[in-house]
Amino acid sequence: MTIIGSHDSVVPRPLAELPWGPILLVLAIGGLGLAVLYSAAGGSVEPWAGNHALRFTIFLLMALFLSRLREKHWQFLAWPAFVATLIGLVGVEALGALRGGSQRWLSLGPINIQPSEIMKPVLVLALAKFYHVLPAGELRKLIAVWPPLVLIGLPCALVVIQPDLGTTVALAVGGFSVMFLAGLPLRYFIGAAIALAALVPVAFMFLLEEYQQNRVLTFLNPENDPLGTGYHITQSKIAIGSGGLFGKGYLEGTQSHLAYLPEGHTDFVFATMAEEFGLLGGVLLILGFALMIRWGFRVGQRSASNFGRLAASGLAVTIFFYVAINLMMVMGLAPVVGIPLPLVSYGGSAMMTVLICLGILMSLDRENRIRR
Amino acid sequence: MKLTGPMSISENMRKMMFTRRSMLLNGAQLGIAGLLAARMGWIAIAENEQWQLLAESNRVQLSLIPPRRGWIVDRSGQPLAMNRSDFRVDLIPDQLREPDRVIAALTDLLDLSEEEVTRIREDLDAASGYQPVQVAAGLEWEQFAAVNVRLPELPGVSPLQGFARYYPTGAAVGHLAGYVGTPNREEYLASGKNPLFLFPGFQVGKDGLEKTLEPALRGEPGARRAEVTARGDLVRELETREDHPGETVRLTIDAGLQEFAARRLGDESGACVVLDCRTGDVLAMPSMPSFDPNSFSDGISHAEWNMLSADERVPLRNKSLLGMYPPGSTFKPMTGLAALANGVDPAETVFCPGGYRLGNRFFRCLGRHGTMNLHTAIARSCNTYFYTMARRVGIDAIAEVSRAMGLGEEYPLPVPNQNYGTVPDSRWVVRRHNREWTDADTLNTAIGQGYLLTTPLQLAVMSARIASGRTVLPRLVREAVPPPPVPGIDPAHIELIRAGMDEVVNGAGTAPRARLPLDDIRLGGKTGTAQVVNLSSGRGGMGVPWKYRDHGLFVCFAPVEQPRYACAVVVEHGMSGGRAASPVASDSLLYLFDRDQAVEKLAALEEGWGGDIRRRMAREEAVWRAAHDLPPLPSLPDVSPPPAEQAGGENGESQGEGNPPA
Repeated sequence: MTIIGSHDSVVPRPLAELPWGPILLVLAIGGLGLAVLYSAAGGSVEPWAGNHALRFTIFLLMALFLSRLREKHWQFLAWPAFVATLIGLVGVEALGALRGGSQRWLSLGPINIQPSEIMKPVLVLALAKFYHVLPAGELRKLIAVWPPLVLIGLPCALVVIQPDLGTTVALAVGGFSVMFLAGLPLRYFIGAAIALAALVPVAFMFLLEEYQQNRVLTFLNPENDPLGTGYHITQSKIAIGSGGLFGKGYLEGTQSHLAYLPEGHTDFVFATMAEEFGLLGGVLLILGFALMIRWGFRVGQRSASNFGRLAASGLAVTIFFYVAINLMMVMGLAPVVGIPLPLVSYGGSAMMTVLICLGILMSLDRENRIRR
Repeated sequence: MKLTGPMSISENMRKMMFTRRSMLLNGAQLGIAGLLAARMGWIAIAENEQWQLLAESNRVQLSLIPPRRGWIVDRSGQPLAMNRSDFRVDLIPDQLREPDRVIAALTDLLDLSEEEVTRIREDLDAASGYQPVQVAAGLEWEQFAAVNVRLPELPGVSPLQGFARYYPTGAAVGHLAGYVGTPNREEYLASGKNPLFLFPGFQVGKDGLEKTLEPALRGEPGARRAEVTARGDLVRELETREDHPGETVRLTIDAGLQEFAARRLGDESGACVVLDCRTGDVLAMPSMPSFDPNSFSDGISHAEWNMLSADERVPLRNKSLLGMYPPGSTFKPMTGLAALANGVDPAETVFCPGGYRLGNRFFRCLGRHGTMNLHTAIARSCNTYFYTMARRVGIDAIAEVSRAMGLGEEYPLPVPNQNYGTVPDSRWVVRRHNREWTDADTLNTAIGQGYLLTTPLQLAVMSARIASGRTVLPRLVREAVPPPPVPGIDPAHIELIRAGMDEVVNGAGTAPRARLPLDDIRLGGKTGTAQVVNLSSGRGGMGVPWKYRDHGLFVCFAPVEQPRYACAVVVEHGMSGGRAASPVASDSLLYLFDRDQAVEKLAALEEGWGGDIRRRMAREEAVWRAAHDLPPLPSLPDVSPPPAEQAGGENGESQGEGNPPA
């Protein structure tokens, strides 16, 4: 270590210690987002690319700062953070009730904070902490099931009444993944899957708002509503399909530049990208995300503690969920739910969440290397 | 460490279980990533063509440039149908959200009458999708501008500056030219959903030459390709293909004569056909009364349509092609030709005691003519002579000659419809009426009655063939093919017939009133008076209602020595050919030889009738509207189309077209 360090003294030690692999990956994906947003604005830094660059820089620095924390800090923070975020969610609800209307934001000075977004990594940390302290012998007992269900259920209930179905599902998927990885008996999950399949039609009928029902119906048959919600999916497929193998060329996309593609800078940014960079660009981006998520799982697999293993994997699943649902949506494989493509879509919330996740992952990665 | 307690085993198991499940989960995720990449490959590669097409149809907006319709001009290039610049307003049903409010606003802006609003509503109900419904055409600039200004609050309204069809001589060319109109649903579907048919203001020929010459007149639309945004904003023009205007079609018609003959028919119901008997060129073919194709092309109102439909003189039927009349005595030259062809000596005489006895029936003649030969029989229109000769040569000989001379035939003309008429023979009656031909049938046919039916055009062709001895075929569009001689007819025989027809007009005949007021040109003709119904009282003259009166017919040619023009006139219920039809034919041919004199005569006549066609039609409409409790139309501006250029003054001596006895 010292020998290597003395030979490489050109690079300062803290910089050399940074996990450059994932950082370069993040920079590549974020840089692509910047380029696509520049194109989506018709070849202009305004109104999106500039903001995007600023946010990206801020949140990346924040993630690097988070990576300097140790695992014990995260363990210590898990419970208080969960409680605080839960209070934030209740606050949002209360504020919405006061103002009359749905509310997702809490204004803290110049920045708006969306507690439901913060909750994604926080819930994973809380569950990881729970299973960390739970003795292995208790895993087959009821005590291993009901507290996590409460931990998942509380924020889900608060988010679903906002109403924000996409985030609710994201929270649930993150939470159940941690439960699954913690080693609960498989039959629980198989049983739950069957129950869910039976419950979906009921939920569709009674729990979903009409606009949500329509989105699902349109997803199943987009041609039914070519000018309504189906329009989004159709135009997105036109953009991706007309890009072909190599795309129409940078700044040459017609679907996005002529405004046929709705939300081409937010939820459907992938279609904007694919139109100009083609299948090649799309596959490279998918590969980039796959590498990032795989790295997250590797961090988990190398962790020495239960907490590290579960937290790292749960955070990787959270990132995965964003990417997968967004891509399925733009390719017409999932209903139109408002889930952006992290690091590429314009908007701060998802970027913040994902970079928090990555920051924690880098911190756990650092813990692994220190311990070795 | 060697002996692992239950706790530590469980911790190890927990870690192993985590590793297994974590790899499983990550594997599933990679699977999903692969699936997404495959899905994207499917869309971008396998379905690429389809999506590229859709992207292109999003990006590029194709807009049509409608072609300008070709003109229809007469033989000298004078327009019969032309285009004039026009401001119009249409409704596009698919874009119309609140029809009631929009129509009310348009009624206000354009000062629409109640009838027009009713018509628009009915058209809207019948139209579908993007088929435009005409609101108004021929608007003033101020009205057009008023609609344009309020356009943002009138979705579905399409104001357009384009071209409208204009027929300078109006009703005189109504039947001949036909009219144009917005394509209806059937025409749109029949065109293979040609997008041009949905273009506001685009019109297709609906009747007459406008319909039959449609392929030549329409032209090719141009197209403008432009890049547009989803909101419809123009980004840039890509390319423009100019339209090809329709061809100008030059007719054989003489516009001046067409209008003259139409006007010369006056208030009578009838038709006049003038042919160039050397070529078959149709010089004029008016049918009166007529309709104004200008108002048809603008979208005719219910009231106007009803008025035209209710008229017992049937203004909507083209009588020159579709009217079928027994030729009456104008047919006698055919019987004469048949007799000559079968060896009858033209000098042979027949004594006319006022009729002809066949068995126990007596077939009457118009008078007691005494001794008649072919020449005098034609001149005096003696039935007895032709009864005798017809019985001698038989019906089939007569029918054969008639067909050779152009009767019972449909001509190769660009018209939507023409009637064959009927030339009966012994086989026809068996086939048609399932009985044997009798001598009585022969006698009736000999004088142009019975089953015999002809159209005015056929009679004109017959005259032209008599005049020229050639197989003249009428034609409306110019081309140069001199017709061959009529087969099986001896030119010397036709010469004899022509001499008889010369006598009819210029000698001791039935049509002295058809004599041309010219020193060096004579006109030969033959009168005919055809019974409409068998009246117990005998002839259908002044004493019976109009619709039972006899038709008056006249066929003629001029100059007699070297025939140039042939003409046939039918005046429905005109009572006699000599009185009603022959002056019209004579004046029409006079127009061709001495235009000034003919126009002078017409001016005097029209003064007596109460103005030109347009003025009389407007007055009739006003009377009709008043009788049907409809509000009066805005009065006609005080300009009449120039009456055939050098209209004579008021001092033209009246030829006294009163009501002399037949």
